[in-house]
Formats: sequence, C-alpha cells, structure tokens
Amino acid sequence: MYSVEFDRPATLEAALAGLKAEDAQALSGGQTLIPTLKQRLAQPSKLVSLTAIPSLQGICVADDGMLCIGATTTHATVAAEAGAHYPALARLAAQIGDPAVRNRGTIGGSLANNDPSACYPAAVLASGALIRTNARDIAADDYFEGMFATALQEGEIITEIRFPIPEAAAYMKFAQPASRFALVGVFVAKTAGGVRVAVTGASEEGVFRWGAAEEALSADFSAGAIAGLSLPADDMIDDLHGTPDYRAHLVKVMTGRAVSAAQ
Amino acid sequence: MPKDHGIGAPSKRREDVRFLTGQGRYTDDINLHGQAHAVFVRSQVAHGRLNGLDTTAAAAMPGVIRVFTGADFAGVGGLPCGWQVTDRHGQPMQEPAHPVLAQGKVRHVGDPIAVVVAETLEQARDAAEAVEVDVEELEPVLDMKAALSDGAPLVHDDLTSNLCYDWGFVEENREAVNAAFEKAHHVTKLELVNQRLVPNAMEPRVAVGDYNTGTGDSTLYTTSQNPHVIRLLMGAFVLGIPEHKLRVVAPDVGGGFGSKIFHYAEEAFCTFAAKALRRPVKWTCTRSESFITDAHGRDHVTRIELALDAEGNFQAIRTETHANMGAYLSTFAPSVPTWLHGTLMAGNYKTPLIYVNVKAVFTNTVPVDAYRGAGRPEATYQLERLIDKAARELGMDPIEIRRRNFITEFPYATPVAVEYDTGDYNATLDKLIEIADLAGFDARLAESKARGRLRGLGINCYIEACGIAPSHLVGQLGARAGLYESATVRVNATGGLVVMTGSHSHGQGHETSFAQVVADMIGIDENMVEIVHGDTANTPMGMGTYGSRSLAVGGSAMVRATEKIIAKAKKIAAHLMEASPEDIELKDGAFTVAGTDRSVAWGDVTLAAYVPHNYPLEELEPGLEETAFYDPNNFTYPAGAYACEVEVDPETGKVTVERFAAADDFGNIVNPMIVDGQVHGGIAQGIGQALLERAVYDEYGQLLSGSYMDYAMPRADDMPFFTVDHSCQTPCTHNPLGVKGCGEAGAIGSPPAVANAVVDALQRAGHASVTHIDMPLTPARVWAAMQG
Repeated sequence: MYSVEFDRPATLEAALAGLKAEDAQALSGGQTLIPTLKQRLAQPSKLVSLTAIPSLQGICVADDGMLCIGATTTHATVAAEAGAHYPALARLAAQIGDPAVRNRGTIGGSLANNDPSACYPAAVLASGALIRTNARDIAADDYFEGMFATALQEGEIITEIRFPIPEAAAYMKFAQPASRFALVGVFVAKTAGGVRVAVTGASEEGVFRWGAAEEALSADFSAGAIAGLSLPADDMIDDLHGTPDYRAHLVKVMTGRAVSAAQ
Repeated sequence: MPKDHGIGAPSKRREDVRFLTGQGRYTDDINLHGQAHAVFVRSQVAHGRLNGLDTTAAAAMPGVIRVFTGADFAGVGGLPCGWQVTDRHGQPMQEPAHPVLAQGKVRHVGDPIAVVVAETLEQARDAAEAVEVDVEELEPVLDMKAALSDGAPLVHDDLTSNLCYDWGFVEENREAVNAAFEKAHHVTKLELVNQRLVPNAMEPRVAVGDYNTGTGDSTLYTTSQNPHVIRLLMGAFVLGIPEHKLRVVAPDVGGGFGSKIFHYAEEAFCTFAAKALRRPVKWTCTRSESFITDAHGRDHVTRIELALDAEGNFQAIRTETHANMGAYLSTFAPSVPTWLHGTLMAGNYKTPLIYVNVKAVFTNTVPVDAYRGAGRPEATYQLERLIDKAARELGMDPIEIRRRNFITEFPYATPVAVEYDTGDYNATLDKLIEIADLAGFDARLAESKARGRLRGLGINCYIEACGIAPSHLVGQLGARAGLYESATVRVNATGGLVVMTGSHSHGQGHETSFAQVVADMIGIDENMVEIVHGDTANTPMGMGTYGSRSLAVGGSAMVRATEKIIAKAKKIAAHLMEASPEDIELKDGAFTVAGTDRSVAWGDVTLAAYVPHNYPLEELEPGLEETAFYDPNNFTYPAGAYACEVEVDPETGKVTVERFAAADDFGNIVNPMIVDGQVHGGIAQGIGQALLERAVYDEYGQLLSGSYMDYAMPRADDMPFFTVDHSCQTPCTHNPLGVKGCGEAGAIGSPPAVANAVVDALQRAGHASVTHIDMPLTPARVWAAMQG
C-alpha cells in the first residue's frame, strides 16, 4: 500500500467536503478497495471512511412500506435483521463471501463498486429499489451502467437503499469455485406490477434484466414458464471458470430454481 | 486395546501446543538487529531480451541501501540442478544455466531481474517500482508440443532446442512392447492432462541472510524442508561458502508439499547480500509472488495405451508423456517425470511389458518440480483412469479387472526396474469394499436419483515408491546427492534424551511420532525425548523431508542410533551390577540381569555415563551419545484402494463428493492419529486437484489463475467425512521399523477415484460417449461433457 491520508468523519457533510480533495476516495467496508490498495493498484490521495457516520447505518421499514437499508450497513447486519421483512434479501446477504467479509463489507460499497459478479446488484435491480444518495434518488434501472460503472457522479455518496418488498422473491447463486462470487446469480422478484428477473455474474455488461423471462413469468410464475426460453450467449463472460454458453445455460437453470424457491 | 504410549499409540501432537497458541516460530518471525529488507523486481513478461536496466532513480530513493542486478552475480554460480537424466540415446539432458538474477533474458513472468535492499519494506517496494527495465518482448513458448516443433522460439538460446530430454524406459523393451500391441486382443487408449498446480503452502517462503563480520560465518534462515541440502547446494554450487562457515536454519515451517525442497534464488540472494552489505537482509514472499515463483507441480500431457487379452489380462502398457519443466530446471525437476513416474507404471498389476516415453520440455512458465506425490500421482492417475476405461470397453467390472491383474506374490520385480518387497492388494481392496459400504451403493444411487441427482462410484488402487531412497541406486539414475538420513541421540545425565534428526517436520508431527519410537525402544515416557531438527548447526548432515521418507529413512537412522545407545547402556549397567553385558535386559526403562531380580534404572545408568565414578573407563568412554546414518536398500511400497462416490447435478454439472473411503497399507504404524491426519490432508489435496485446482496461463504467458480469486483451493465444505483404514499391514521387509510412509498416499490415490466416479455417474445416466473428462472436473467441463 502506498501511504495515504485517512479521514473518518462523523457526518455526511464532512465526508462530502473531504471527498472534494483531488483523488480522494470514499471507503466503506473496504472489501474491494483495501486489497486493491495493498496490491498498489490504486493510489488515492486520501481515504474518506464512511463507516463512522450514524445516519448511513441501520435497517428500518419506512411509512411507505419500503425497507430502508443504510449504505454502510454490513452484509452480516442485513443477513441478521432484514429477514423479517425481506427474507430473500437476507439470505442473499448471508451468502456473500465469508464471515470476515460479511462483517466488514457493506451494501453501499458493493453497489458503488458494481462488480459484475457481486450479489447485491441483482437484488437491487430485481426489486426495483431506489438508490438514495446525498443528492438524489436513482432508480435501479438507471443506476447500473455496466461493469464497475454506475450513475454515481464524482464525490456523490450513496446514503440508503430503499427496497419495495415484493410478494415473493428468491436469489439463486451458482458460486465461482475459487472466489465464490457469483459465476451466475439470479434474483427473481414477483410484485404487483409483474415479475422482475435480474442476473449477475454472467454478462460483460454487468447486472441485467432478462426481459423474456420476466414476460413469461409475469404470465405464469412457475419454473416451467421459462422452459422454452433460451438466453443468447453473445455478451456472456468467457473466462477459465465458464464459457458464454455455460453461463447462458446457468442463467436459465438458476432462474428456474429461484422461481421454485420463491413459491 | 489400542496402546496408550509408544509405537502404535495415538499420542497427541506435542508441537500443536505451540502452533495452536500462536507460539510457533516461523522464519518471518525472525527479525535480526539492523536487518534490511529486500524486494525483487520481477519480469512482467513471459519471454524477453533484457536490453537495459536503469537503477539510478531507485538507488537515490529514501532508505535505499543498494540495488542489485544480474551484474552483481556475474562471478557467482547459478542455481544447480540436483538430478541429471540420461536420454534414450545415452546422452545427458540439456541443462541450461539458472542465474540468481536474470542475465540477458527473462524467461517467465516472475523471473527475478533486480533486487532493492532498503531500510524498510515500504521503502524497498517504492524503490523497486522505480527500477527501469528495458525488455524487448519475445514470442513466448507455452504449449509443450509447439515448443518442440521446428522453428519454435528457444527458451534458452544456447540450447539446441526446447527439449530437455527424450527419455525411454525401459528402452530395451520398446520393440517388445510394440510387438505386444500388434497382436493384442484389445487396446484401450486414453489421452489426458495432469494439470499444472500451484503448491500454496499456508506459509509463503521467507529468507533471512546474516553475516558475522567477526567470524566470517554466514547464516541463512529459510522456509525449507531440507536445510542441509540448501547448505550444500547454495554453499558449494552458488556462493562458494564452505559448509563449516555456513549455517542454514529452517525453523517452524508452515507446509511445504514439495515446494520448499528446492533451492531458490531468494535464499542465495539474501545470504549474498548480507555479506555484501554487512547487515542482515530479509525477504518475505507475498502471496501474489508465491504464485509466480514457487515451483509448480504436475503439468503432464499423456497418451497411454493398454493391451489386453480376451480375458482382460494386461499384456503391455505404452505411454508418451510431455512433461513441462518450465523455464529452468528446478532442483529435482528432471527426476519427477522419469524415475518417480516411469518406475511406477506397473502399479499394482503384473503387466509383463511396459514402455514409458517422456519428453521434458522447456517453456516460458514457472519451473515445475516435485509436488506431493511427485510423479507417482501422475502415474497412478493415468493408469487407473485407463483401467477403468478398459473395463468399460470389455464389459468387465472395474474391481474384477483389477483383481485379475493384481500382483499377488512378493517380492515382485516389475518390468520398470523396481522390486516390491511386500504387499497384499486383495486385502486392501477387500477392506475398501467393507468400509466404503459398496453393498449399499445401489440404495444410495436410487436415493440420489429420487432427488434428481446423478450418482457415480469410482474405485482405484495405487502403489507408490517411498522411503526415498537407496543412494547407490539413485546415483546410477542420475541423482547428484545421496538420500540417506541421519540421527544423533544424546542422552543427558538425568536420563532425558535429545534426538537430533536430519529430517525436517513442516506439519508431519515428527516431534511426536519420533519421540514415540525412541521412548518405546527404551521403555521410558515419551516426554523424556525431545526431537531437534531444522538447524544445520546442531543436527547431523541429513537430506530432509519429502517422498514420504522421514519415518522410513530418518526413523530408521534414529532406531540405529538408539540401538547403539542401548548397547552401550547395557555395558554400563552390566558394570554397575557386576554382570555380563550379554545377560542384561532392558525393559520398561530398567536394566535387569536375566533370571535375577537385580536391576538398575535407566537414570542410574545415564548418570553413571556422565559421572563415571564407578565406570569401566578402561573399556568404555564416558558419555552416552551416538550417531547413525541409514541408507535404505530399497524403496518402500505403500499401496491401497480408494473409493469415491459423487453426485452430479445434471443441470449445472456441479460435482459433490458424497463419500470417500481409503484403505491403505502403510506397513507398521507408529501413530495412527497422525497417519489419519496425513491421509485426510492428502485426500483433500487430491480432491482439490480432481475438482478445483488449475494453473492457467494465457497466450502471453501471464498466469490467469494468479490469486485465490481464480485459483480454487479446496475448502472444508468441498469435502465429505473421510473413512480411512490402515489395518491392512504388510510391514516393510527391509527397514527396522517395518514402516512404509504415509505422507503422499492420499494425494496419489484420490484423484483417479474422483474422476472415475464422475465418469461412472455420467455413464449410468446414459452419457455413453463420456469416457474421460480432464481435471479439474469443474462444473463447466462436466456440463460441457454432458452436452456431447
């Protein structure tokens, strides 16, 4: 790690001010950023930790029924506390990484990073959640802009994620054997407005919605409804863990299993 | 009743007290006064010409003491290779120079080019980034077969080709083997890859060099499985330091699996730099660096054929293997695909004719050398996969075809130059059938099917040659070292013993099991025996720990030294009791005169040896300390039978190991609990190879699986509970303990069991065309195989 200035403000305002410094970098749980720094692959001038800001932490249900999760809430907390309101989300959080990762890593950090194999983006996109920042609310459909790319502006901080709670939902993850990130992960959410299916791990473009499956499942929410579908392999990731064809196939398998699990 | 002490008792591992309470002392725990820190500048490209190196900026950075380059090592020897293989035509292998720091060319990603030594590690890292390396990239040599084609770029410009050797074994059998194939009733063929693995010891390598300006002595603290071997290789061949002025210490070592046998550039560098700078120099490998500098394992591409008669009797085996050496010859690399592989191709079977051809190839990759099992897993895997395929082709039961061909009479001289002293392969197979509950397989199969899972059963046998090795034999085969082992037994005045062994424990539990042997021989408490190892300054010259040799060879040396102690102690006891030494018996720590009630205690005798007031000084020296060297006159041949049951998810191709059973014959057992642990670890490593692990290079020679994000290590939840048994015991006939060695068996025996089980599952599900899937059998590969 290169030497770096470290700031751990107690308010959002102070954090925003700190991030105005040139090459300053926000730090949440650090489960991606810290290893990157240790490898000397990044050299920010300053790290602004968000983890001492009370308003960014915690889980609650708002008056409008939305499940609100503070951006620096750890995966372990989501796993432990979100279950009563949104069991599929809590189960997803419980499957991220290992206990050490889950007790440091945060939902906001995961979404800001938008790793193409991360789990949370699938839940956020399938749920049609809102990403609330210091400046605005961003709809999930507008937030994810491809691998490691998001709608966040320079210096913008995610403060909260607001999940509408679906009628039924499930996440199915097929783990990459080494990293245990999602080789393919599919989150299926059934809402009054229809079914949403979000896929992580599979595409070069990052998390995406599988429109054909959503249409079929909105008409018939059963695993059999997607039997006749197939997903094009064109944009799928090709690496030593799986070919595009394999990933496209897994998306369908995992979608079917998620639908069954959500019944 | 199981014993509660001595040989055969499951004594708890005494070393675990310090390991489990954080009091182990590993090399990285050693920090010497005034030490400086070394960081290596390594090649980022697989193959390139080193046109220039500018260290000016780096040398001027804060804290930098000196920047070393290849020029500093111009007058220093290269890293030596410890084994010379002779090819089919009687010519010695091609043996390229292996400089400590690159000279003129870089030959793999990770090849060391320069080293920055600075006051702090961070300063050394900063300056290492400022070293300017001018490399002209050359086309990398990666694929072994392409490397041997005409016009392929040369890894070593001064060699005639990328072929290290073309080895034929037994060359005289070649024509007879070919003739047997001509007239065979049936020939089964298989092409397979035994993939490259990264050793991944839990403790990365570390070296600390020290130089005493007052005495002119050099000391190297290093993560080694064999400190004396490092002292010999580095002192005599690299740095020119005589052994009496060089001390090598390998303290607690956190796993080796072979990768810490070899002499590495970093060890020579730290020793050299400490003398040059007159201060200690420390290097600690990062995990990323381990991936591109620790010698890798396996990496064989093999074509194997089996000729059978109509009854399924094996008539001949013929193989052709391409074995990757990587960019340089690591210490024992040439021996692995030859003498540790070709000699095992008979397996447990009486195949009369065998011919093994191995082409060892240089490529622009990390050097490959011995890794847990070293050549024997490669032999076992190809043979046991092939036999399964043959059984299927002939419609025979995989157990029946093995039994039909078992060697049943011992000693048995194989057609590949080794003589098995003893064994009972039907006994271990019978035991396996029992402990694996093969009778219950059909019910489990039905249960899996009801859950939509495919179930398969894989069984295989294995044999290995351990207790490495008879020096006179390996000398004829090209070893540039002897492979005896040593022990000094020092008895203290008050009766306690210190045993100094040339073996080295880095996870094997020697401190416990060795003490059990010596205590048992004398009849005293194990806690009266201390085992000292790992420091050339206080242990006799030994060859270290690998090849499942420590108890069979090192333990035998310890027995011999203890026998000398007992013989002398009996003379002292005889004097004390005014009896004849021939009449003295030692039992339960007391010497008695046979047939009488006269007795002296062990402690009385040891005290007399050091306080010789009443002592036969005219006949016997005072003191009680003996050394023995033991050179085995044959290998040992542990053998066994393994069974694996897997479930395959037909939709995803994911394999889960549901059951695993191992019936091993290790001869006599000193500590059954430690043996269980060794087998568990070996099986875990073997399942890791079978299902998960794989070193993958891209077309540019960059290691794609260069971190745990992509290199899949086995984890606890990848494993079932193991059922292991070692009650079948045919003791080794030629060492005093009758032991055979157990350290590698699990890693040798388990990969074919897993692969056989997966193929069986797919065959049972109607995938008739699937006769083989290369390791690792990842979900993607298994799924692809099911697609036809």
